[in-house]
Amino acid sequence: MTAETDLRTTPLDGLHRELGARMVPFAGWAMPVQYPMGILGEHRHCRAAAALFDVSHMGQVVIRGEEAAERFETLVPGNLKALGEGRARYTMLTNDEGGIIDDLIVTRTSDGLYVVVNAGRRDVDIPRIREALEPDCKVEELTDRALLALQGPAAVRVLERLAPAVADLAFMQSGTFDLSGVTCRVSRLGYTGEDGFEISVPADRATKLARTLLSAEEVEPAGLGARDSLRLEAGLCLYGHDIDETTTPIEADLAWAVGKRRLAEGGFPGHAVIAEQVRSGAPRKLVGIRPEGRAPVREGSPIENDEGTEIGRVTSGGFGPTVGAPVAMGYVSTGEVAPGTSLQLRQRGKSMPAEIVSLPFVPHNYKR
Amino acid sequence: MPVYYTPEHEWVAVEGDRATIGITDHAQEQLGDVVFVELPEVGKKVSKGDDCAVVESVKAASDVFAPISGEVVEANEALADSPGMVNEDAEKGAWFYKLRIGNPAELEELMDRDAYDAHLATLD
Repeated sequence: MTAETDLRTTPLDGLHRELGARMVPFAGWAMPVQYPMGILGEHRHCRAAAALFDVSHMGQVVIRGEEAAERFETLVPGNLKALGEGRARYTMLTNDEGGIIDDLIVTRTSDGLYVVVNAGRRDVDIPRIREALEPDCKVEELTDRALLALQGPAAVRVLERLAPAVADLAFMQSGTFDLSGVTCRVSRLGYTGEDGFEISVPADRATKLARTLLSAEEVEPAGLGARDSLRLEAGLCLYGHDIDETTTPIEADLAWAVGKRRLAEGGFPGHAVIAEQVRSGAPRKLVGIRPEGRAPVREGSPIENDEGTEIGRVTSGGFGPTVGAPVAMGYVSTGEVAPGTSLQLRQRGKSMPAEIVSLPFVPHNYKR
Repeated sequence: MPVYYTPEHEWVAVEGDRATIGITDHAQEQLGDVVFVELPEVGKKVSKGDDCAVVESVKAASDVFAPISGEVVEANEALADSPGMVNEDAEKGAWFYKLRIGNPAELEELMDRDAYDAHLATLD
């Protein structure tokens, strides 16, 4: 147990407390789990208008060097050589068993790559990246920048008031923009299933920018609670829960993030395992699950088929405010993965009927 | 009608041999938005300290322990369709269940409002 005093704070810490956030420890950081509006309200507001999240706990890394993309490909199954400048891609660091060390977003910049990694994995990822790329490339962790996520259908309307050109970005595009006199990296992506932006801003200008964004009537602050329910409804994996070092991208239904050329050529950790799973199928798959009734089913609950045989476990589960019902994800044995398959979830000694459904639970609303 | 409280933030309102049980306003505030309440079945006999109900917020599930022993005589079915009532009216309309009191002496171990308020003051 980490004492609260040992927690790292983001540049927006004072603002969170001023806004009445409930702060919780998360991956070694003091983070807002919710504001006075509450998780349900924040979630719904994000889907209806726009929500501002502080995601400064995530690791931001800049890799400089002509060969940055090519060299980074030795760590991930994503096709980065084909990534044009200003384009972002979701990929993952893999281990020799094909397991996922972390999932991350890689953006091609004018002089290399800009990478955002999970807070809880930065201490694993960054040494791994350094070891593979230095000294030919320069790997720099940006510790003096905050990261804000402005998410929701109204996000573009709000942000284009500060920089009209952000409206021209498409989903998974990124660039540098002047926001109220501050040069920021703005990327049109997020973790909610909604249109929106992530904004990398110098730490000492972050609170002012956050205040400006929050002053728009469309925007409310939202915490980690809503971030989790939004991403779950969007069918997006949470590292350490839905994916980890024992799950492969194929099992996690992330085969779309494995480049065709990469699959054919290899040259990344775990290629043999991943290629074999693409050929012959994975032993299990991550699926969407809709429990019947209103009771949320939580992570760790055993999943049984109709014969009562355990076929997997729930990896994320909760109440989907937009769905208006409980939603979950979990791994099930291949062969029992088709949407419509009925399941039993065991929780608190009871069997609860459920059904496999296609992901996402709520359609993505990206700007294509 | 005397009302008693537990350190686990339940309230117990006593009327004759019946006790109505719910969670306190402080408890609902800590939980955040309640999305589901699992209530005990009528006829169930519970002992003080048993897991008796579950309240689920968006984030997590929390057990609600039986503050006293007895037999469940009624459960608040309205919470099944409107779990959010717990956030709005925790100490009255959003009661969880009613017990036929098994051992009235157990009530003496509970707190009155002043003692509970003093307990709350020690928390933050």
